[in-house]
This record gives sequence, C-alpha cells and structure tokens, in this order.
Amino acid sequence: MQSRHTTGLKLFASLGALAVSIGFAAGAVAAPIAPQDVKIVDHKIDASLTGAAGNVEAGKKWFKGRKAGNCLACHENSDMASEAFHGEIGPSLDGVAGRYSEGQLRAILVNSKAVFGGETIMPSFYRANFGHRIAKSFKDKTILSAEQVEDVVAYLKTLGE
Amino acid sequence: MELKNKATVSALGVAFAALLVPGLLAGGEALALPEGIETVKVAPTSKDHPLDEILSGWHFRSPETQALQEDDFENPAFLWVEQGEELWSTVEGAANKSCSSCHDDASETMATAGANMPKWNEALGKPVNLEQQINHCRTERMEADAWKWESTQLLAMTAYVRNQSRGEPVAVQTDGPMKPWFEKGKDIYYTRVGQLDMACSSCHEGYYGQQIRADRLSQGQTNGFPTYRFKWQKIGSLHRRFKGCMKNIRATPYKVGSDEFLALELYTAWRGQGLPVEAPAVRQ
Repeated sequence: MQSRHTTGLKLFASLGALAVSIGFAAGAVAAPIAPQDVKIVDHKIDASLTGAAGNVEAGKKWFKGRKAGNCLACHENSDMASEAFHGEIGPSLDGVAGRYSEGQLRAILVNSKAVFGGETIMPSFYRANFGHRIAKSFKDKTILSAEQVEDVVAYLKTLGE
Repeated sequence: MELKNKATVSALGVAFAALLVPGLLAGGEALALPEGIETVKVAPTSKDHPLDEILSGWHFRSPETQALQEDDFENPAFLWVEQGEELWSTVEGAANKSCSSCHDDASETMATAGANMPKWNEALGKPVNLEQQINHCRTERMEADAWKWESTQLLAMTAYVRNQSRGEPVAVQTDGPMKPWFEKGKDIYYTRVGQLDMACSSCHEGYYGQQIRADRLSQGQTNGFPTYRFKWQKIGSLHRRFKGCMKNIRATPYKVGSDEFLALELYTAWRGQGLPVEAPAVRQ
C-alpha cells in the first residue's frame, strides 16, 4: 500500500514537472512576476503572473494535490466527486467562476487576506516570508509557483454555473 | 482493498456523523462513553471563556475509534499504562528509591494530580507539567537520571499517573504566579505562524466539527493526553502533538518541554477546564 502510494506521488511529481515545463515552453518569454511585486488593485489582479494563460489539467492536479494547493482540504468541489474527502472549512467552489472574475480569483489565490480581510483562515498561495516562524524549508518560498497559480485560475474558470 | 473499505466506512461516517456520533445527537444523551468517563461535554465555568460548550476530542472521532476507548482491554494505550505501573515500584538511582517509596499507592496519591497540571513549582519558580514533575522527582528524590522526552519510560509513567486521575475534572490554576504563563500561552494560541499563516484558534476555535479533508477538526482539548494515535501507532505526549500541528502549518515548532509549549499546555488545559481527564485516550 505504502509503495503504491509513493509510486503515485512520484508519478504525480513528474507529471507536475512536465506540466510546468510545458507551461514554460508554451507561453513564457519573461520570468514570472516576483511575489513582492504583485499589486492587488480593487481586489483583483488582471494580468497573468506569468504573462501566459494557465493549463486546466495541471490546475486540477494542483487543486487536489496535498503537497500542492490542497484546495480540497477546505473546499467541496462537485467536479471532483470521485475524490474522497472534501473539506468543509471554506465555501463550496461549485460555480465559483460565476461569482468571481478571473482577476478576483487570481487575487484571492495570491493573497486571500487582501481580498477577504485579515481574519480569513485561507492561506495566501503566492506570498513569501510574511509570517512568523516559517519553517526553514519554506523560507523564501510561496505555496504555489506563479505557473501553478495560473493553472489553478484556469481550472477554477471552468467551474461555472 | 482494505484501504478502500476503510475510506468507504469513513465517508459514511462523515455523512452520518450527526446520527452515529453520540455526542453530536441534537440535545440527546450520549449512547456510549469512554471507560471511566461520565461526560464528554461540559459548560464553561468562566464568563470570558471563548467556547459555548467544551467538547472532548472523543466527540469528533469515528465510532470505530471511539469504540477502542470504551473498554480498557481494547485500548492500545494500556500497554504503556501497565508498563508505568511496573516502573512505579521499580527502585532506581543513588537514593535507592522508587516512586512508591514516597507516593505509596498511586490510585490514592495520584487521584487528582493528573487533572491539575501544569502546576506552580515554588522551588523552580515556574510551572511544571506532569513529565517535568516526574523527572524532577527522579533527579531530586531518587537521584536517578531524567527520562528523555517521548521515551517509552516517560510516556509509560505519564500515562500511568494521569490514568489514576481519570474522570477527575481538569482544574488548572491560572492566577497568581501562573498568570504570566497563562497570558503567554494565550498569546501563542492566537498568533498565526508558518507558511500557511494559521494560529491554533484558526482551526480549533473557528472550525471545530468541520471536515478538513479526511480529518475532522476538534477543539484541541488536552484531557486525553498522553494519547494513542493511529497516525503514530503508539502513545504520544501533548507536546509532540503541538509540534505536529506546527509542522503541518509549515512553522518551526517549539521544542518539546520548552517554556512556550508549557505555557500553551497551561492555556489549552484552561480551555478544557471541567472536562474529565480521559488519559490515555485513543485518537486518529
């Protein structure tokens, strides 16, 4: 059981790396914007963090991946009904594309607190070194890369009414 | 296959939690309780308590997990309790003493001690928790070496001693010299840490009872520690659990036995004031 799990993870990791490299090959000319340079205006970020559109399939993987976005830990998502255990902490993401624009979704992912206020439990996925006692291995790192954020945005945009 | 079945059972557990988990029956009485325990839910006694009702972690576990705590013969943590019982009368150290040399019959002398820790220690000028008190006795009275944190012996003795206080309502001192420790613990409880930027309160005050992926969030009550966890496949200390939570939110944890965790232990014990000691509990 354990080994199957590990194999799954490895496969998952290589798929991830593949998805990222495809993302680079397809769209990226300039480097993605650095976390500290991202500006949220009127609760939204209109421009892609990478300058390119994200990949829906890769976005799905980051969405459910426990070592990636792990969005499913807190949010229910009927589009992933085959996955066991959907969280109940945040609102269901069914129809989320109808409730928020692409720019708003991007801003919420990048820095939830700038949109929902400081009390929200939701982590900020594209911010680095803003908190206390951040573990060494996560210093200078964001939870998701700019490419991964764009992939998740692309996926969320498919969750319409 | 086995895992699949387990997942199905758990998924059902989630769907019917309100029906199956006795503590969650609306206004009803619990159907079954952990051995030695009369209630898993008490009302806060102080007005400034942040919770409306104080619920043992037992509330939030699946019926299968709860069942293991209904009977001491089923409870895997009793392996450590039994070992602790043996150690209680084992002579060690230069003073040629055992615990029982001074404390006689633990069922009488330790009947409430486990509900009142951490407790102020005048000689040390700070509070001590059960693990620290055990080691203090070892080095000062028995003239023996202190046991390492999370060692089998220290876990066994902690489980044995605290089990003598089972059923006794948690009652820790928070005023007088304990006040600054209480405030420090409260501060740690509400301070967001780690890359995920969460405080203890983010989950255990705001969202207890809710599902976080495959786990159901509890109030983070401490009355069951030391606790047998399936995840650990053994019994573990409260400080180990604190550490695990901090690692989960990608924070640098405080050290087991540190003043920070001691303060947090005091504060979290107060959040469960009145809840009967359940140690050793069985949790996910």
